[in-house]
Amino acid sequence: MRRLLLRSSNPFRLSPRWMLISYAILGLWAFIVLFPLYWLFVTSFKLPIDVSSGPKYIPFVDFQPSLHAWEEMLVTNGPDYVGRPYTMTLIVGLNSALASLVIGSGAAYALTRFQYRPKPGLIVTFVGCIFAMAILMSQGIPWQFAVVLGLVIYFLLAQTIGRRFRGTMNNDDIAFWLISQRILPPITVIIPIYILFQQLGMLDTPQALIVSYSAANIPIVVWFMRDYFQTLPLEIEESAFIDGANRLQVLVRIMLPLAIPGLIATFLIVLVFSWNEYVIALFLSGSQTQTMPLLVSGQNGVRGPQWWNMSVLVGLMIAPLIILAVVLERYIAKGLLIGAVKG
Amino acid sequence: MENMNRSRAIQSSIFAQAKSYITRSRTGHHDNTARMAFLLPTILIILFLSLFPLIVSLYLSFAKVAFVKGGVTITFVGTANYHKLFFGSNQRHLLGALGEMSLIGWLICLATTAFMAYWFYRYMTSPKRKLLGVFFRLVAALMTSGLVWLTVSTLSDKGVPGTLVVTLVFVAGGVFFQYTIGLLLALLLVQNLPGKRFFRVVFLLPMMITPVGVGFLFRMMADTSVGPLVPLWVSLGLKDFSWAQTGSGARTAVLVSDIWQWTPFMFIILLAALEGVSREQIEAGLVDGATRLSLFRYIILPEIAPVSLTLILIRLIEAFKIIDLPRILTGGGPGTATESLTLNAFNEWRTLNLGGSAALGYVLLIIVTFVAVMFVNTVRQKILEWL
Repeated sequence: MRRLLLRSSNPFRLSPRWMLISYAILGLWAFIVLFPLYWLFVTSFKLPIDVSSGPKYIPFVDFQPSLHAWEEMLVTNGPDYVGRPYTMTLIVGLNSALASLVIGSGAAYALTRFQYRPKPGLIVTFVGCIFAMAILMSQGIPWQFAVVLGLVIYFLLAQTIGRRFRGTMNNDDIAFWLISQRILPPITVIIPIYILFQQLGMLDTPQALIVSYSAANIPIVVWFMRDYFQTLPLEIEESAFIDGANRLQVLVRIMLPLAIPGLIATFLIVLVFSWNEYVIALFLSGSQTQTMPLLVSGQNGVRGPQWWNMSVLVGLMIAPLIILAVVLERYIAKGLLIGAVKG
Repeated sequence: MENMNRSRAIQSSIFAQAKSYITRSRTGHHDNTARMAFLLPTILIILFLSLFPLIVSLYLSFAKVAFVKGGVTITFVGTANYHKLFFGSNQRHLLGALGEMSLIGWLICLATTAFMAYWFYRYMTSPKRKLLGVFFRLVAALMTSGLVWLTVSTLSDKGVPGTLVVTLVFVAGGVFFQYTIGLLLALLLVQNLPGKRFFRVVFLLPMMITPVGVGFLFRMMADTSVGPLVPLWVSLGLKDFSWAQTGSGARTAVLVSDIWQWTPFMFIILLAALEGVSREQIEAGLVDGATRLSLFRYIILPEIAPVSLTLILIRLIEAFKIIDLPRILTGGGPGTATESLTLNAFNEWRTLNLGGSAALGYVLLIIVTFVAVMFVNTVRQKILEWL
């Protein structure tokens, strides 16, 4: 009722002139957004001659559309040419999005429901011991021996010096530390990761991509899902505990259904990030695990002026994203809002 | 009154009992396992794929890395990599060449330096002064003035901007236009015009599209011989002009595509923030005869400021990582005119100069952290105070 009154109240009515201006600006931006996509679409149906003879805009009027480029990309080059990178992108994207969602939202849940009091001293000691182990191993000492030695040193130090460090951290510190990983440019950490996978003989495998994409996406998941879990009332859970449910039951029966909207939104965003990911793939993947962005950027160097062929590739790469955006716009917008509005 | 107090006291004691029951059940044996099981995977992954590589990378940036059969050899070379970047053969690549500053350029530099000096002086004379604070503020003042001077000078006549300045230009220009356009569109759409849902969906699109694809789209758009905008270029007398041949032209092309791609992010969230502004307040303002401008300044802006600042921070951080757009659109050229720091580091890695690449990564990390910290601690606070 109140809303209705407000709607019809005078101050919000717009003058026709103002409405015209608004629509003009909105229409202009809509045109700016849609035109490149339209151009990509029609270019994929052009013959080489239609591209090189200057701009042609409207099919059937300016030029006769043909399936020439589609045929060359999908049939002449063999189905594997696009099929393999496509399935690779899909496999890596889905797996890494799922992995980061499960792992990250677990952490997000824990950070809103449990109290953690880690001691900085113990953490520094732990990290130091891992490094000591790594150095020992690089000196050619067998890894079993190094691990045992590292653990022994850690427990000795933890019992003696570690406890002396004053101060504790809390959940907010952990969350801040996790989320602040987004500041890190991937280029700063990728070289050691490259060397690591190279030493493990895992370069150019989907597993390497999945693990590193997940690591890149987990901070986003923790950030979004933590904010989402904070909006879910604690009381429901508490009353379930009083009724005698255990942690697992509460999680599966109560929290999971409540968290589904947030999980879907976060999953979509992370999936899009993985689908579009470029830098990590540049370093870690090779001919076996080429992803779509890599195929497009590689072909851009080789057949840059062949717009008709490139348009087919780019169109295939972005088609699922556009469908996703149109169908699930609300979910995606919601997902972005969880993260950004609360900061 | 007394009754109410008593009932409240009873209530709270019941809650306290319930709470203690819950906490007891939570600190049970099972929950201790759950506590670790939930958090540990994330911590371990971040440790092994983020923190350790970061530390190793720091070491690599002081080393020469070579691949040999069956392994790598890492030789410590001290600051040689950084020396090469800042003073040696890569100086021109990273920092660029200084140009002849115009009067306006000098004024900008002087104004920044004076402002930073004033800011530092204010802190020095304030009673809250601490040694660490003085140190950090001195570094911040010097770095800001230095970066502004470098940017202005290399972008002047005869100057050649290095990858550092190019990255800064992409970040500053991109974020500024994305925010302005996003805010304008959100302000127009929050008026509940018919067709809102259509515009929302359309405006979201560019954000979803693979940056590599966006790069190719704008490669076609920027073509002045067979591209779709040829009639426009001809009417502007730019027929023989090629974007890819002048540094500033190529930078504009990259900037435009970046703005096209990331305006939606600003738009979507600003729209939600604007929808949260209370209608009663705006109505009261309108009844009092406030103009659109003063409505915006005194009612809307203070309400959306916190969200805006978070948004800008997120985009600032993400924009520093730019590589795909310049790599596809211009290949970093002409020369190094559109080469971002990430692209520069990638190119170093391709020539197997892993140490140099790691050093560049660290330069980027330091700049990002510096900008983010300055933004959160200083710029953000000042803006919120001012509003």
